[in-house]
Parts: sequence; C-alpha cells; structure tokens
Amino acid sequence: MKELLKVTDLRASIADKEILKGINLTVNRGEVHAIMGPNGSGKSTLSAVLAGNPAYTVTGGSATLHGLDLLSLAPEDRSHEGLFLSFQYPVEIPGVSMVNFMRAAVNAKRKYFGEQPMPAGDFLKLMREKRAVVELDNKLASRSVNEGFSGGEKKRNEIFQMAVLEPCLSILDETDSGLDIDALRIVAEGVNKLKTPDNATIVITHYQRLLDYIKPDVVHILYKGRIVYTGGPELALELEEKGYDWIKNQVDKED
Amino acid sequence: MGALTQYIDLYREQHDCIAAGSAGALNALRPDALKALEGKQLPDKSAEGFEKTSIDEMFAPDFGVNVNRVNLPCDVASAFKCGVPNVSSLLAILVNDTFVPTTPLLKNLPEGVIVMSLAKAAELYPELVGRYYGSAARLDSTGTALNTLLAQDGVFIHIGKGIRLDKPIQIVALSSAPVAMLSPRRLLIVAEPESEATILTCDHAMTPDTPSLVSQVVEVIAGEGSRIDICDIEETSAQSARYSQLYARQEAGSDIAIGSMTLRNGVTRNEFAIDICGPHCESHISGMAIGSGQQHIDNSSSITHAAPRSRSNQLFKYVLDDKSTGAFEGSIEVTPSAPFTEAFQTDRNILASKDARMHTKPQLLIYNDEVKCSHGATTGQLDDQALFYMRSRGIPLEEARMMLMQAFMTDVVDTIRVEALRDRLRHLVERRLAGLDASCSECTVGCKSE
Repeated sequence: MKELLKVTDLRASIADKEILKGINLTVNRGEVHAIMGPNGSGKSTLSAVLAGNPAYTVTGGSATLHGLDLLSLAPEDRSHEGLFLSFQYPVEIPGVSMVNFMRAAVNAKRKYFGEQPMPAGDFLKLMREKRAVVELDNKLASRSVNEGFSGGEKKRNEIFQMAVLEPCLSILDETDSGLDIDALRIVAEGVNKLKTPDNATIVITHYQRLLDYIKPDVVHILYKGRIVYTGGPELALELEEKGYDWIKNQVDKED
Repeated sequence: MGALTQYIDLYREQHDCIAAGSAGALNALRPDALKALEGKQLPDKSAEGFEKTSIDEMFAPDFGVNVNRVNLPCDVASAFKCGVPNVSSLLAILVNDTFVPTTPLLKNLPEGVIVMSLAKAAELYPELVGRYYGSAARLDSTGTALNTLLAQDGVFIHIGKGIRLDKPIQIVALSSAPVAMLSPRRLLIVAEPESEATILTCDHAMTPDTPSLVSQVVEVIAGEGSRIDICDIEETSAQSARYSQLYARQEAGSDIAIGSMTLRNGVTRNEFAIDICGPHCESHISGMAIGSGQQHIDNSSSITHAAPRSRSNQLFKYVLDDKSTGAFEGSIEVTPSAPFTEAFQTDRNILASKDARMHTKPQLLIYNDEVKCSHGATTGQLDDQALFYMRSRGIPLEEARMMLMQAFMTDVVDTIRVEALRDRLRHLVERRLAGLDASCSECTVGCKSE
C-alpha cells in the first residue's frame, strides 16, 4: 500500500478555540512533505493532534495511518504503529535517564507486538548504532532526558530516538529552530540516512533553510487552520523570496 | 477527646506489672511522665501543629498493651528474609515492643558496640542508660510522656568512642498481635565522640488485618564529631497507626542524616526534632511519602540551631494518589546564639488524583541576622508535557506516570548515604509505585507469602 497517511477534513480545537479548520492531506510511502506557513497558522497543532496530544480536542474529520484509524489510538499506540513526532521543544524529564527512557520505549513497542523485552546486550548495541546516526555523545545516555542538553543536542536526541524507533511516518516539528548550521546539517543528514522507500517524513518549518538539506517532494502552505496551497519544491523557494503575504492576501480576500 | 484516660488508668492499675517487666532507668522516669500528663489530653486537630492529624483519635480505640510481657507468636525466622538483604548481618527484630536478637548479630557485633534490648541494657549498664534515657525526649509532649509512662522495652544502641561501624545496624520491627494492640517502644541511640554508624529501621505489619498502634520515641545523642545515619522505612498496612517522635541532640561537629520513608501505612504521624547544641554540625532530614487508598501521612520536622556555623537541610516529598492525604510542617529555628547558620527546607508534593490532599506549612523562625536560610513548598501534578512526550515514544501512560513519580523521588533516595541501602530503597520505591506489594516476594519480611 502506497498511501501511508490520509487526513480528511480534520478539525481540532484547544480550550474551545478551533485551530484546525478542515485539513486534507495525503502522504505516500517514500515521500517527504514540507508544511510551511506563518506563525499561528496551526502547524504545530496539526503535528500534536496527529501524535495524540490530549491537550487538543478533535472536533471532526478523520486520519488514518496505513489504514488504521489513527484518532482512536492512544498516543503510545500511535507510536507503536509507526508514528513519530520530533518535538519543537523536546521536554526535559529530570530524574529519568535517557537509557531508562529508551529501554522503556523499546520494550513497550516489543510488548505491543507480543515480543519479549530486548536483551540488555542487544539494547546497548542498538543504542550505540543509533547514536552514531546523529553523532550523539555517549555521556548523554546516563543523563536525565534532555536535561541540561544544548539546543542542538536536544534536536539530535530527537532524531536519535527516531532512529531507534524506526517509524514509518516521522513528523519533524520545527526541527531547525534553535540550531546552528553544523547542528542543522547533522540533524538533516540523520533524517536523510533514515529515509527508505517505505517510510515518509513531514517536515514542518518556517524557513527554506532546512529544505536545502531535506529535499521535499511536496510543499504545503498551512494558513488559518487549512492547507491553502500545495506545490512542488519550488514553492518553498518562492515563499522564501516573497514571504507569506501574497498567500495571506489571497486567502483573506476569499474569506 | 479523652483517649489518654484509658492509658493512665491502665498505668495506675498495672504499674507494678509494668515496672516488673522493665528496668530501673525506664521505671525511674515514669513518675515524672505521669506528672507531666496531669490535666493534659492527647492533641486533637484543634491543637497547634496537629491540624491534620488527631493523636487523640489515633489512641482512642481500646488497644491492649502487653504489660505482662507475654511472648506473642511471631515467626522471627521469616524476618531474616527481610529487608534490605545483603545490607547487614547486624540484624535485630522487634516484635511489637520486644527485642529479639539474631544469632548473626550476637556473633558479628564488634567490640565497643552495644545493640540490645533497652530493658536488658538498663539492667546491665544502668549508669550508661540512665545517663541518656529521657535526656533528649521532652515530657512536655503528651505523646512522649505517655510513651515514657508505658514503654517497657525497645532498643539500645551504643557506639563507643571513635568506633566506625562499617555495616549498618538493622532493626526490623514487626507488629504481630491477635488483637488490637498498642506497642509503646523506645529507641535510644548514643554515638560517642568520633564514632560513626548507620541504622536502618523498618516497620512491618505481620498481622496486617489487625488494628495496631505503635507509639515510638527515638532518642539520638550524637557526640562530638560523630556521624549517624538513620533510615526509617514504614511498610505496614491500612490497619496500622503509628506515632513516632524522634529527638536528636547534636554536639559540636556531629553529622546526622535522617531518612524517613513511608511506603505503606494507615495513619502515621512522624515528628523529628533536632537540637544543634554545638558548632559545625550537619543535620539532614529527608522524608518521602507514597500514599494511595486512604493512607494518611503527617510529618512534622523541626531543626533548632542553637550554636553557630552549622548547616541543616530538610527535604520532604510526597506522591499522593487516590484518597490519600499528606501533611507536612517544617520549621527552622535559628537562635541568637547561632550566627553563620545555613538552613534550608524544601517540600515538594505531587497529587496524582483529584481526591488526594496535601497540607503544607513551612516555617522559619530566625532570630539572627548572620544566616543563610530558605524554604520552599510546592504542590502540583505530574507534568502533562512530560507524560505526553513519554507516551509519544510509546511508553504507556501508567508506566510513564510511574517513571515520573519515581524520578520525582530520586533526590530523596539520593540523600541516603549508604550505597547499598540507597539502591535497595530505589528498588522498594519502584515496586511500591508499580503497585506491587513490596512486603512480600523478595523485599521484606515475607510473612504473608509464607
């Protein structure tokens, strides 16, 4: 099955304020989609809703992940089924070490699929392998999750987790924010290394910059809770040049 | 009101019996205790400092007291499985208030260290016990006076001058009774100058369905330059009530660390009062409470700095679920004679359910300008952001909650200075939060599984 994610007329709100006002989006295996748009247009909300953040209420529409009703699944089950969200602001969890966190994540997934916990040796080997993808320092493993990590380390840590969990659909929410050029390159290279014909990536970003490294097949513009424009990679370049105003004006006129 | 009367009546009727089952130093204070109780009542919720826990109510049921020193049935052998295995061979058992030594204890006790029945010690070392018994505890506390009136036995620990004990002394207290019973017991811990020791005490209910009440007074005398670590774990049952009062007196340069961990209980009131009497002391009190069901845990902690250049820290953390309730009152008093004091206090709490309640009352009484003091108290919920983050990585909600609760307790566990004990405690906390009955299987007394 080529179609991986299908979002139909998705509506969601937080504290009775409707943020997503009917999102339609189809992502096929092997594709990279970029979602761009001005601040406050609903980009992060879309990623949060797809990942199942309980802070948001879905008020309408549907979303399927390889045919499964995504919206009926708990966040942890969405993860097991292959959805991964790289957080714009990775959460610090004092007192929970990275290694325990990852062990819990890996073994929860195995349990979901009826498998035994991963033997300790295999687990350490896996960690070692996957750390290499984003050149993540070994010493971070014994530290608390994201605590005291630099901005770059936090984002690399997100991609490291993605590498371990091997999702079929990754949503990278503003992964480029707070990154210097070197960190951006490492993160983007990590994402590219993980790309296969069977998985897909949604890159949410403000800027063209990240898309120099992670080449999108499709670019969407999200504005006022709707995808108002979809195009090829050239659309991102056009936005970089012209800004969002022309889109805003066009949409606002139609409203 | 009026729970005290039945115990005073009991004393009046039985004082010969009580004296006969005990020894000189303990008997010597009973008249003073009786006098101190005249016209008094056990504090109820109208009493200052007891707003959330009525001691009067705790003592109100018609508890029996084992004044005749009847040996109550208890499979002491099973208690060897206790605890904190591999931590110590210096193990003694307290069945209710009766001291039972173990063979390894008798074999391994180094010279210059006494660990024995308090009543027996009062016979063998009347001068030593007499010098310290009642020297730190205050009879103006009704609870302490009542304990002093009734206590017949308990534990005496004496660490001779300059002796550094490398193994912890472990006291496993088991409540075991066919009927509802009050166990008044005393612990007297004396560390002579420059000595060092770690003492682990744990409370278990062998007859978890029978109501029981422990009245415990612990006196700690830390001589000059001594270092004493005390870790107290309560893992009893919903039918257990406990009123524990710890009094510590610190001489110059001494170092005391007290860890109090309430993992399972019914109703508990723990009081800690440390008097820093000499300069350059270190005092640490840390407390942890994990509540679920209807558990009630009240800790009241006070440190008085009466000498200069000492440091103290109080750290208390609660995680309360279901309908459990917690209370914390902590005070730091710095007297005019204690310049250059550093004293800190932190109380952090998590309410894991809508019905759980926490009451906290931090206090600073500073009568000196040359001090560095702070206090802070917070009560909140588990971090939703962290929970979602963990779930988004596939960690199921319940497991994520447990991991966060455990993480929350990390710094309290880390205050335990003996590594083996710290690891063990971490494990106990993990099991407790996982809802596993830590009292069975591998960890503690193993009474229920037998």
